[in-house]
Amino acid sequence: MDSLSALAHGFSVALTFQNLGLAFIGCFLGTIIGALPGLGPSNGVAILIPLAFTLGLPATPALILLTSVYYGAMYGGRISSILLNIPGDEPALMTTLDGYPMAKQGMAGEALALSGVASFVGSFFATWGLVFLAPQLVKVALLFGPAEYFALFTVAFATLGGIASRNQSKAALAAGLGLGIAMIGVDGQTGVPRFTFGEVHLYDGIDFLVAIVGLFALSEVFIFLEHRGTEKATGDSSGVKVGRSTVPWPMLKSTLPTMGRSTMIGFIAGVLPGAGASLGSFISYSLEKKLVDKDGTFGKGDPRGVAAPEAGNNAAAGGALVPMLALGVPGSGTTAVLLAMLLALNITPGPLLFQSNPDVVWGLIAALFIANFMLLFMNIPMVGIFVRVLLIPPRYLMPAVAMISFVGIYGISGSTFDLIVMVLFGVLGWGLRKLDVPLVPVILGVLLGNQMEANLRRAMTISDGDWTALFASPLSIGLWLFAFVGFVLPMIAGRFFRVKVKPAMAEEMDPD
Amino acid sequence: MSDRILGGFGLLLTAFFIWRTSVIELSFISDPFGPKAFPYIISVVFGLASLVVFLRPDTEPEWPPLSRMFEIGMTVAVMVAYALVLPELGFVISTALTGAYLSWRLGTPPLKALAAGVAISLGIFVVFHLILGLSLARGPFGF
Repeated sequence: MDSLSALAHGFSVALTFQNLGLAFIGCFLGTIIGALPGLGPSNGVAILIPLAFTLGLPATPALILLTSVYYGAMYGGRISSILLNIPGDEPALMTTLDGYPMAKQGMAGEALALSGVASFVGSFFATWGLVFLAPQLVKVALLFGPAEYFALFTVAFATLGGIASRNQSKAALAAGLGLGIAMIGVDGQTGVPRFTFGEVHLYDGIDFLVAIVGLFALSEVFIFLEHRGTEKATGDSSGVKVGRSTVPWPMLKSTLPTMGRSTMIGFIAGVLPGAGASLGSFISYSLEKKLVDKDGTFGKGDPRGVAAPEAGNNAAAGGALVPMLALGVPGSGTTAVLLAMLLALNITPGPLLFQSNPDVVWGLIAALFIANFMLLFMNIPMVGIFVRVLLIPPRYLMPAVAMISFVGIYGISGSTFDLIVMVLFGVLGWGLRKLDVPLVPVILGVLLGNQMEANLRRAMTISDGDWTALFASPLSIGLWLFAFVGFVLPMIAGRFFRVKVKPAMAEEMDPD
Repeated sequence: MSDRILGGFGLLLTAFFIWRTSVIELSFISDPFGPKAFPYIISVVFGLASLVVFLRPDTEPEWPPLSRMFEIGMTVAVMVAYALVLPELGFVISTALTGAYLSWRLGTPPLKALAAGVAISLGIFVVFHLILGLSLARGPFGF
């Protein structure tokens, strides 16, 4: 039981006043970020990274803060789903289906409490899954050479394009765009400038934090500006009253099997590359509906319809951390953003992280357990506070979000040039969202482009320019096959996922 | 139509990218692969994807009316202006003005928007500068 002793060590790292305080702040901010429509896990974390970075927090505390935000946002998303019928973030979309009807029947308090418990169950067990699965994956990953890593990166792009988007060619276009942006700057291996047009500011390349904050956070401001004064901009909370926020025991008991199944499905969906929390909650809900909806009560306020997606999306959030930490390849948008933070702190996730920096990994995992209990406490007895936060209208909120984004980026470099680049990324993000081009592959490209190229070139250097080296080991052949299947299969079987995942308001949502 | 423009633009960008790749100067240190090969691979992926988008466009997205497009353009201009005047005017003044503009354009009445801008600016200044010690742009008055 290496994992358990490592975890015990992790608790000794996490249990300092500073780290507990940061976890608390992270959970609190995260719940607010998740609850507010227009701010979701990925853009919420994106705004906070530059801040955590400029405040000079060391790696472990910074990670604890931001992953608490990530977990918190997954909890918080349900609040506005249930009360306003507007998902606070994309993974919480399925929660509106039964959560809002429950609220209308005067059971808002029960729905909030039940979904809080389901969130807790999902993320608590997923964190245990992380404890046991990540070290196993690390053992496999230690066998990876440059050729396998190159194939693995390809898997990440192919599957993200495959499952998470509605149009493969647009996902590929997005990935190419991101990779192309990553190429800007001085080539790390030979020192020649590429695509810099003689502009000195571009010699360091485009900072991925600038790209992320622009694409995720500023584009949201433009979306709100576009929809100002339309019904999409405001929610309707009239007539919904939060009563006592407790779950009656019979209701809880009847939903326990649902939570168990959804947790498992969500966790698997999270671990698989490219799926993420939205798909986790979607599959959990659909499956549960097929399995137990005998009287046709799903969609009319069935408590199990609230428990399933919430357990599913929180479990997926934990599951998505597995490939991010063990392989350095994120499985979803928000974990891509978390990866950006690790890279900004000069930590390269992957198998070596577990060996060279066990304090960071296990401290983080321990902090996730602590954050879970904090979140359970915040989201059941204290849920009223967050309900009040929901009443802040976007016309005050979005300017604050924009200005905080500027502050964070300015704090990193103090450069006007970076701010202008960020605004341009904001416009780009808005345009791409209108055109239904997914943003996550762009981010992934910007983040991973240089590593992907470095691994390819390393493999070529080892093999002295022989291309077949890329397909030389069984492991790499397996990965290539997986990438191929991941990209092609959704074209054939993808209808099943896509039809319902595409809501009318898809463009409003940030990807999880 | 929008997708055709996107695809066409992608193809132009690909051509541009290939051209810029071809003019990368090689240095005397080099590996068997060189700094050009990966950008070429990217060009192929990006070019093919653009071509498919061009040939098989999705349904037309719902574009906002022209007046709204103009509004978004104006906001972009204001944000760029913010980036430019930030070192001149200092953080508090420029942020208050920009925050007020954004709040106004998102539907707050002008006076209230101004108050919101000032509140946002001072709030960020207090939390991030005074409490957390983040360095913000200093203007002529030191804040």
